[in-house]
Amino acid sequence: MKHTLAVLVENKPGVLTHISGLISRRAFNIESIAAGYTEEPDMTRITIVVEADDEYELEQVVNQLSKLIDVIKIIDLTGQDRVHRELALIKVTAAPENRAEIVNIVEIFRAHIVDVNKETMIVELTGEEMKIDAMCELLEDYGIREIVRTGRIAIGRGPISAKEV
Amino acid sequence: MKMTGAQAVIECLKREGVEVVFGYPGGAVLTLYDELYMANFPHILPKHEQGAIHAADGYARATGKVGVCIATSGPGATNLITGIATAYMDSIPVVVITGQVAVSLIGRDSFQEADIRGITTPITKHNYLIKDVKDLPKAMKEAFHIARSGRPGPVLVDISKNVFAAELDFEYPQAISLRGYNPVYEGDPDSVDAVYKELLKAEKPLFFVGGGVNLSDTSEIMRKIIAYTGIPTVTSLMGLGCIAEDDPNYFGMIGMHGTYAGNLSTTETDLLIGLGVRFDDRVTGLLNEFAAKAKIVHFDIDAAEVNKNVRSHIKVIGNLEWSLDQLYRKIKERPDTEWKEQYRPWKEKMVTWMKEKPLVYNKETQRILPQAVIEKISEITRGNAVIVTDVGQHQMWTAQFYQFKQPRSFLTSGGLGTMGYGLPAAMGAQVGTPGKKVICICGDGGFMMNCQELMAVADLNLPVKVIILNNGYLGMVAQWQRTFYNQHYAHSCIKTKTDFVKLSEAMGVPAIRLENKEDLETALEKVIASDSPYLVDIRIPEDEDVLPMVPSGARLDQMIMGG
Ligand SMILES: Cc1ncc(C[n+]2csc(CCOP(=O)(O)OP(=O)(O)O)c2C)c(N)n1
Ligand SMILES: [Mg+2]
Repeated sequence: MKHTLAVLVENKPGVLTHISGLISRRAFNIESIAAGYTEEPDMTRITIVVEADDEYELEQVVNQLSKLIDVIKIIDLTGQDRVHRELALIKVTAAPENRAEIVNIVEIFRAHIVDVNKETMIVELTGEEMKIDAMCELLEDYGIREIVRTGRIAIGRGPISAKEV
Repeated sequence: MKMTGAQAVIECLKREGVEVVFGYPGGAVLTLYDELYMANFPHILPKHEQGAIHAADGYARATGKVGVCIATSGPGATNLITGIATAYMDSIPVVVITGQVAVSLIGRDSFQEADIRGITTPITKHNYLIKDVKDLPKAMKEAFHIARSGRPGPVLVDISKNVFAAELDFEYPQAISLRGYNPVYEGDPDSVDAVYKELLKAEKPLFFVGGGVNLSDTSEIMRKIIAYTGIPTVTSLMGLGCIAEDDPNYFGMIGMHGTYAGNLSTTETDLLIGLGVRFDDRVTGLLNEFAAKAKIVHFDIDAAEVNKNVRSHIKVIGNLEWSLDQLYRKIKERPDTEWKEQYRPWKEKMVTWMKEKPLVYNKETQRILPQAVIEKISEITRGNAVIVTDVGQHQMWTAQFYQFKQPRSFLTSGGLGTMGYGLPAAMGAQVGTPGKKVICICGDGGFMMNCQELMAVADLNLPVKVIILNNGYLGMVAQWQRTFYNQHYAHSCIKTKTDFVKLSEAMGVPAIRLENKEDLETALEKVIASDSPYLVDIRIPEDEDVLPMVPSGARLDQMIMGG
């Protein structure tokens, strides 16, 4: 089963190396990892999506990550009411005869076209992974040149923030 | 107070109560060495950086203090790797200070540049790269704190060369504030109550004592609990010494070369209580069937150890000092006679097993057998020496036949199994415990991996005794080849023209060779009584096996027996 972990870490050089090093050394199954600044300048938030067979495997991931000195806190958002999103940029072949269709698809998905040239378009889409997957599948027909995805970021619903949990 | 980075390092060492450092100079740490010179700071120079790190480790294991080691950038630092990994696997508190190239040169493949922080990330509890002198005191303070607190471990501080020369206004932080690091010392009292309830129900409980009891210096209270309840006790390799071997409730070490009674008890017990253990594969054998009839309780300071290998029914997270104290109070609510009566049949069963199949070897032969050597050393030192081993058959014979009495008296590379550990670690242990007899037992293979440290031992006149159990083979490898690989002794025969006695004498350590059984006792007595370093090259048969043996992947009661 997939678990979404919010990992709050010190904003210091080397922290990401420590985290990625640990993940590879312990052979954890990580699907995505996304890091960025937070509301506090000295704190970075990393969203990790991990595949764990059972609760013991998940417990190991959380406990081993928690042992890193620069990891302040880990919250498992999986069971919680939460919002999660991913951002994708997709460069798709856009021959003149297909443009209208592509624009149509983009609209249905509430995506945006952020760049156009004679040959291609870049589509920007935010959403859950399934939505991005679905759109990519449709755009496949026109020829996808390049995809960049950020990996999932997630946040719990309601007034409480992760650092207060 | 204004000072340079180099002076600040020394000031930090002093504030942390460091009495001696083990190090090796080079370009990136020259400024630091200049200050060590001027401050006349106690420093020991091994002959190889690997010697320095193992010595710091041996010092830490023998004394319980943080061992400190210094090396230069690049090759100096990379020479430490095996030693850092060794300390990491056995949770030994060591602070490693390495020089790094100047900040302006980092990342350019500069002369003697190696990313030691990156390299050591998976084998340190934490590490730092100091590029600004302002960050130095805080990092040093944290390094010592992290190394010695919680589950101990090695911490590396990599310091850029220019930082040593830079000036700062020195202020040593009073308090530590690491919001991501708060080891649990006092855990949940309910968890101890739960253990108590299980003890009331159990018929065949078993204490399984590990290195954590050594590290937390809790063998005294552990012994009290055992004596009060009469619960049969076994140890891991790393737990040796925590329980006196002559304790009537003690049934030896378990695992691949554990005792018959000990290993059998793990398959029979209905309540296995692990204390400061990792449930390493060398100790559990076939994991799925380890202690299959038992509820498992795990006491540890490191929550990540619980359920890592073996699934536990109850976890007691916290310092053993706290949890064992809680447990002791709890069990005293019931008279000791009741506890003992409850477990009497079980203990009697274990005693029978022990009598049925004790550890044995052939006492009739005219050859010197390694087991007899260890027994003799044990007798002469009355189990009170600090015994340091290398890795191989001799290590297991030492574990089996030396009658340990004290915690911190058996120093061995358990987790990593590092050949070459013995001699430098013995050197460090002797530096840390000058009043004690420190004896290094090693094989003819592993001895050569750091034999250069005989020079250091001689120059410092450290009275370390080196006993080589010389079988002409990489014995442990040969035993596996004999047992599992059709006697194909692929590159395990190491018979040599090298004369260890002459080698030792050339390095300044007096030495003798022993080939006759009748000389063994007097020679060992003389050597052990001496106040100088000594080396003894003992010729033992080439095909003696360490037994019992549980083949890897087999259940613990599926032992190949000796005798
Ligand atoms: C650095 C290192 N290399 C290889 C090994 C694998 N190994 C384990 S025991 C052993 C043989 C050790 O031979 P020796 O030192 O003569 O001791 P003996 O087993 O003969 O007592 C070897 C090669 C190891 N543990 N460590
Ligand atoms: Mg040998």
